[in-house]
Amino acid sequence: MFIPRAGTRGQAPLLIPHNRDSEETRPMDTAFFFIQLLNGLQYGLLLFLVACGLTLIFGIMGIINLAHGSFYMIGAYIAWSLASMTGNLALAILLGIPLTVLLGMLLEWLLFRYLYARDHLYQVLMTYGLILVFEELRSLVWGDDVHGVAVPALLAGSIPLTDNLSYPIYRLAISVICLVLAGGLYWLIQKTRLGMMIRAGSTNREMVQALGINIKLLYTLIFALGVALAAFAGMIAAPVSSVYPNMGAQVLIICFVVVVIGGIGSVWGALLASVLIGLTDTFGKVLLPEYAGVSTYLLMALVLLWRPEGLFKRI
Amino acid sequence: MAEPLLEATCIHTYYGVSHILHGVDFRIGKGEAVGLMGRNGMGKTTLIRSMLGHVRPRQGKVCLRGEDVTESAPHRIARLGVAYVPEGRGIFPNLTVKENLLMAAREGVDGRREWTYQRVLETFPRLAERLDHGGGQLSGGEQQMLTIGRALLTNPDLLILDEATEGLAPLIARDIWRIIGDIRGSGIATVIVDKNYAAVMDLADRCVVMIKGTVVFDDASDKLTGEIVQKYLGV
Repeated sequence: MFIPRAGTRGQAPLLIPHNRDSEETRPMDTAFFFIQLLNGLQYGLLLFLVACGLTLIFGIMGIINLAHGSFYMIGAYIAWSLASMTGNLALAILLGIPLTVLLGMLLEWLLFRYLYARDHLYQVLMTYGLILVFEELRSLVWGDDVHGVAVPALLAGSIPLTDNLSYPIYRLAISVICLVLAGGLYWLIQKTRLGMMIRAGSTNREMVQALGINIKLLYTLIFALGVALAAFAGMIAAPVSSVYPNMGAQVLIICFVVVVIGGIGSVWGALLASVLIGLTDTFGKVLLPEYAGVSTYLLMALVLLWRPEGLFKRI
Repeated sequence: MAEPLLEATCIHTYYGVSHILHGVDFRIGKGEAVGLMGRNGMGKTTLIRSMLGHVRPRQGKVCLRGEDVTESAPHRIARLGVAYVPEGRGIFPNLTVKENLLMAAREGVDGRREWTYQRVLETFPRLAERLDHGGGQLSGGEQQMLTIGRALLTNPDLLILDEATEGLAPLIARDIWRIIGDIRGSGIATVIVDKNYAAVMDLADRCVVMIKGTVVFDDASDKLTGEIVQKYLGV
């Protein structure tokens, strides 16, 4: 059985394995530093995709969703299995997104909407149960093996930085895609009417309804958005992290750290916190490898000492 | 009386085990203004919430334009042309003034767009000066204007104002009363709940007085004599 515990991180490859490209280089020269910087950013931005759904769902619906990491795993497995069928990762992702949106809507409609009025304890119980269900289903459907997903041919190369250092294009592409999505999310939340409703819904549910807005539908959409973003993160991460059982657990724990640092319910806080965590974790592993496991938690402790409510207030 | 717009019959509402409304009848016609009176805790807000779908009455029936909406979701009732300015105002502090106004703006039931963003800003010039401020940064009077303006932008046929002038400085309250008068004059039916009974009686065609979850008076405003006011409202 799987127990989400902070200590499990060392066993399987982390979200994205770091400094694989540069193990030989000890001195912290510019190119090496630059590579770590890109790695940290890319890791952080990917975390953001998962964490923003977690923080939105908590901030607006008040749900602590322990199963959120499972959506990351489900995304990765969907990408792997569709890519094996079609032979094309981009196509697999395009097919996978609507599937995960549907999954999100279905789960919200079947299960999560009954949790809104409930105590956090019930939420934790049900969503922890869901982790177990998802892991078992994953085992039944896809098995327990580790799978690799090929990087799309178009993005397969690397950019040479020095004689013996280079940076894979696919990782850059991940960062760019995440940044574009973060921009899209900013636009959605800050500039559209739907975004205004989402923000309003986080403060006064009854008033939103009294203005003629279907809050149940709004919640279903927000939940599905969160699920799809987490799953999408799993899909684009699959080629670099590979696809393996329990991959959601590690992401979940670090995403809770992100949400707490960023301020619960704050999307922009989550963005800043994700990048901070990404950089802390990456440079922590390089500079203080013996303390790598605690660097992010140390960051969390420091931020909370300074600002107990996290960096930002609610969306 | 005018053609009925909202009609509640024999409403019984409970909060948990406490029986709040004991068979309340309430109706308002198209374009009518009704004052809903009663001391604190007599069930005025509960009646409003029961009619708008926020609380389910255990017994009774609510009809809007003849359609049974007793079981309807609050947003469905709102979309049938009812706007609600709740006690405590209900502005969204994390949205700007402009966003508060625009988030729910829509045309009325029959496609009317009498209230536009522009017209609301003309009616409430103070809001026009504060468009980019957060809703939470406004003064009490400005917040009230914002809530009323936001309600008007849904182009309602019925506007329900619960304690719209509560806690406002007299000058600002007077402003709000003037605006409520204008709204009433524009043909929107209004339900007005307010402690300022004189002002309510002045504006309303009809007054309804509630005591302990029942209606004890429901007649034209000029029939509400000082004696009755003294007896039921203790003023």
